[in-house]
Amino acid sequence: MFVMDLESKLSPIVRDMAPSGIRRFFDLVNQIPDAISLGVGEPDFVTPYHIRKAVTDSLEHGPTSYTSNQGLPEFLSAISNYLQKQFQLTYNAETEIITTFGGSEAIDLALRALLCPGDEVLVVEPSYVSYEPCVVLAGGIPVPVATHASEGFKLRVEDLERRVTPNTKALILCYPNNPTGAIMTAEDYAPIVEFVKKHELIVISDEIYAELTYGGKKHVSIASFDGMKDHTILINGFSKSFAMTGWRIGFIAAPEPLFRGMLKIHQYTALCAPRMSQIAALEALQNGLQECNNMMQQYDRRRRFVVHSLSEMGLTCMNPEGAFYAFPSIASTGLDAETFAEQLLLEEGVAVVPGGVFGPSGTEHIRCSYATSLDRLGEAMKRMKRFVEKKKKEKQDPFLQLG
Amino acid sequence: MELQEEILSLLTENARLTIEQIAHIVNQPIELVDETIALLEKKQAIIAYQCVIDWKKIGKQRVRALIDVQVTPQHGYGFDVIAKRIAMYEEVVNVYLMSGAYDLSISLEVDSLEAVGLFVTEKLAPLDFVVNTRTHFVLKKYKEANVLLDTDSPDNRLHIAP
Repeated sequence: MFVMDLESKLSPIVRDMAPSGIRRFFDLVNQIPDAISLGVGEPDFVTPYHIRKAVTDSLEHGPTSYTSNQGLPEFLSAISNYLQKQFQLTYNAETEIITTFGGSEAIDLALRALLCPGDEVLVVEPSYVSYEPCVVLAGGIPVPVATHASEGFKLRVEDLERRVTPNTKALILCYPNNPTGAIMTAEDYAPIVEFVKKHELIVISDEIYAELTYGGKKHVSIASFDGMKDHTILINGFSKSFAMTGWRIGFIAAPEPLFRGMLKIHQYTALCAPRMSQIAALEALQNGLQECNNMMQQYDRRRRFVVHSLSEMGLTCMNPEGAFYAFPSIASTGLDAETFAEQLLLEEGVAVVPGGVFGPSGTEHIRCSYATSLDRLGEAMKRMKRFVEKKKKEKQDPFLQLG
Repeated sequence: MELQEEILSLLTENARLTIEQIAHIVNQPIELVDETIALLEKKQAIIAYQCVIDWKKIGKQRVRALIDVQVTPQHGYGFDVIAKRIAMYEEVVNVYLMSGAYDLSISLEVDSLEAVGLFVTEKLAPLDFVVNTRTHFVLKKYKEANVLLDTDSPDNRLHIAP
């Protein structure tokens, strides 16, 4: 019987795409169901009750149809007001904002709207795992731009200058950053802004963690700099700030010509973001900012506890000022991050994500999410301390490794 | 949040946190946290450290009753003396002065329904100043001291997510 080679039917771009490095680790963790996982990139809180209630109320009354491609007008207006109030950004609800299936669709829309085959995109790493594959899927060439632990993983213009070419069209960045927890202040951004203007680039700014900054430092959007709105596609959403990951609701804000391009793709591929999720997110914006702040305070406590514990066990850990991740270096243990994460899981039942998954600049680090209760974090830190001490001892006395 | 409030909020959530853990969380020296807690204890802002227990999980029956009490304030002293008198009974868990139809609200925790009856008929009702009582039994607890009971809330997130 003739068997068709289905593999050959796949687009080579998809076929040749390496599976996410996180996948292997995911499978491993699943074999140890009782492990304490610090590998989760989403809040441990349930969506606040009034947000869920807004949706059940709405369902009882019935509208279940599509919304306009952009989204419900009242939701778009609420987003516009929110951006103005929280981040001093002015976007017109009717002509500059699209609601999307989370930040993920927004990333895809931005890249597909911008890229021609061969266009290069500067991808600041370590970074969220989707950026590079999405650039490739959109026909572009991802060009990694390193950030360094010694610089607190902040983006430096020298690193951008080294990687920019005449083919560079866009720059993707994410601050507050997953996985490093770094933020960019207005001073940090100043030279980047000049660079972007000089090279006439478009910045795809993923600001999904914008509500989660600590130590009194407020998030600064790169779009808020003079003249930068025209250079920016802003991505944000409700997953992290309002504990709404499963709702898949986010938005994209951009100047009108870029907005129009992205809206074409969105209308043909997604039609509209789910109505129920739009209703939930509208409620979040209207009445949920206090809970968002409360959750931030809980993360802040855990952050201080985890950073202290990691430093105390002798791992170099920069103080993360945003998101909900600590990104310590594990170089002092003599292990590489993959081995560290694997042995920590098998020997102590604690899951962390090896930093190399997020890009080459992360290879000596592990990502520890502190979106977990203080109790569990306490237990995880205790086990990790025991593990690190053991590994350091083995490193000092190699004969022990044989035992 | 101010340091005192932050410490109180942490202890309200988990009174077993050590001073060292609290110091790490609030990012202050251990000595300062120690002093602050000692001060809060001294001025009785922190009254006690207690445990929230679900007795049925260890097979023990405990009956909780809420009793509304109407009293006649005595000449020369008001509700305070009466309330403090009732509070002396060791089975009484809480005593509150209330607005509304009744003056005091008492909660009682004892081993059996009979014990509630005995308390009302033999200890509470005979007090001179008690005019009227109304007893309510707790049938089921859903939330105690800010903690939801019997809620299976497994962490249903994926173990690893980017």
